[in-house]
Amino acid sequence: METSDTAKKTTPNSLASVATARSQKKPGTAPLGSGLEARKIHAWFGKHLALKDVSLDFSSGTVTALIGPSGCGKSTFIRTLNRMHEFIPSAAFAGEVLLDNEDIYGSGVDVTKIRLQIGMVFQKPNPFPSMSIGENVLSGIKLAQLNIPKSEQNDLVEDCLIRAGLWSEVKDRLDAHGGSLSGGQQQRLCIARSLAVKPKVLLMDEPCSALDPGSTLRIEETISQLSSSMTIIIVTHNMQQAARVSDYTAFFLSDGGPGEVIEVGPTSQIFTKPRDQRTENYVSGRFG
Amino acid sequence: MATTQAIGAIPAPTKPWVKRPLQRVPSLALGVTALLLAGLIVEVTPLKGKLGYFIVFVPLVTTLQYLLARMRASRKVAEDVLVSSLMWTAAFFVFLPTASILATTVTKGLQGLRFSIFTDTMVSASFTDPIEMGGLLHALLGTAYLILLSVIISVPLGILTALYLTEIKGPGSGFIQFIVQAMSGVPSVIAGLFVFSAVILTTPIKASSLTGSFALAILMVPTVTRTSQEVLVLIPNDLREAGLALGATQWKTVALVVVPAARSGLITAVILGVARIAGETAPLLFVLGGTDALNQNPFNGFNSGLPLYIWKGFLIGLPESVQRAWTGILVLLILVLVLFTIARIFGPKKG
Repeated sequence: METSDTAKKTTPNSLASVATARSQKKPGTAPLGSGLEARKIHAWFGKHLALKDVSLDFSSGTVTALIGPSGCGKSTFIRTLNRMHEFIPSAAFAGEVLLDNEDIYGSGVDVTKIRLQIGMVFQKPNPFPSMSIGENVLSGIKLAQLNIPKSEQNDLVEDCLIRAGLWSEVKDRLDAHGGSLSGGQQQRLCIARSLAVKPKVLLMDEPCSALDPGSTLRIEETISQLSSSMTIIIVTHNMQQAARVSDYTAFFLSDGGPGEVIEVGPTSQIFTKPRDQRTENYVSGRFG
Repeated sequence: MATTQAIGAIPAPTKPWVKRPLQRVPSLALGVTALLLAGLIVEVTPLKGKLGYFIVFVPLVTTLQYLLARMRASRKVAEDVLVSSLMWTAAFFVFLPTASILATTVTKGLQGLRFSIFTDTMVSASFTDPIEMGGLLHALLGTAYLILLSVIISVPLGILTALYLTEIKGPGSGFIQFIVQAMSGVPSVIAGLFVFSAVILTTPIKASSLTGSFALAILMVPTVTRTSQEVLVLIPNDLREAGLALGATQWKTVALVVVPAARSGLITAVILGVARIAGETAPLLFVLGGTDALNQNPFNGFNSGLPLYIWKGFLIGLPESVQRAWTGILVLLILVLVLFTIARIFGPKKG
């Protein structure tokens, strides 16, 4: 236990300094609607309850990190927020997700419109292989059947690629295949693709887990830039990343049963003085 | 670290893993020995002919190679040599008949290949006439119609069925899957009999290229469906989710993401489907009519096809008619080759 004591002293302190060095945004500082609210979310796979009673508020214009060990339901939770959960054949769900005070699971809701407003970046970069870089950025426009005049399309491609931090690297080869890019570039292309349909909320499911540190850094810069214009929710296993990019952090844990939220609060607080012992154990690297 | 090499000097590239000529001598000697031994065995035993040599040589060379490797290296290496030797043999067994068929067709068919057969029909000539008289234009056009109509019927049906089974996975998927598998086992003559009894005997529709293609479509649909299905299953689910997460409906995701990603494989499915039916003779016997005259209307009147022309030629069995049949086979082979080349050229390039 001696070693973990020293770890407890050093690790949280450095994370804490990272977390506190970042000025935390207050909710509602950006005119972006009222954000996203998850109310009493439960999620099942078949008879197995994977997620129990999760209620979290994501204020507009903030970045929230979801942390916790593997299998604690973070990804399941994030997929309930844009109704991707229901594509798993055995899936079931209970609860409410309010986008601007309207339940996205309500009857009569057009789910494709919901997913337009709540974009998603996946763990593995997945640009469309049959499309060029430019076409990938515009793919959401075509897929969601939004009509944008041809004259504006080039501007949109440029704008999205700039915001995703990829423009300078690909501006001369927009006709090249998306697959010809490196992993980190592909992931930023996927971010640009999500931005093109102008979502209010961006869900990121471990967006950097397959990337090298350089690409990770670029994507974190991208997240920081984007956070002024949208609500971002990011699942990460990288505690440093959570400390660096997020305003709020929610800690998920499963003790063998369904995943639950143990603690949620401003990121600096979670990393400096967590209220729950289990959170402290996790952020100090004593388990998980 | 000490190096004898000047800094920055690049050594000459070598391939140390490739055997030098001298190292090949034992293997070569082994091959020659096996050949000589095979000759000896064929001489002293009742085995005769090329096949005799082959039957003796293959196990002989395999055994000798194994023994040589066993003497020179470990059992692991010898096992590797043995298995790869068996692979080579198997590949050769597959290659040999194919090459033989191709060579026979080309040498026999070429003798009857002349420009006039593409401009003339068998209306004013008999199969037993010299090859200079008559031609197979009617059969060539008939086959072109058959392939075209079968593709028009089978490709949408086959690919849409595959999409239903892989993308929608709707009710009855299991049953449809079972039917598709059962259909791919249907003997081709049954397909012909089915169309004959269900269409020609019971409706006013008479035999034509169209009814012929009905029979062929029964054979082609399961091939297209199963091959398309195998391709669509390989498309990563990530791509479907990415499309849906961008606010697309399932139809748009399939049309703009899944199908384009699978395009090359879907074209292969169509090619395999055409290959399945291009040479079919049996189902056409009842449902095409069979004629020696050119019929430009695929929807009305009896028509012909290259397989029927070939079948007729061999059936008569006289030298001139057999020559016509061989030439027909060659023309069919070239036609299929041309179609596949077109499909590959105008199909997608691999990115």
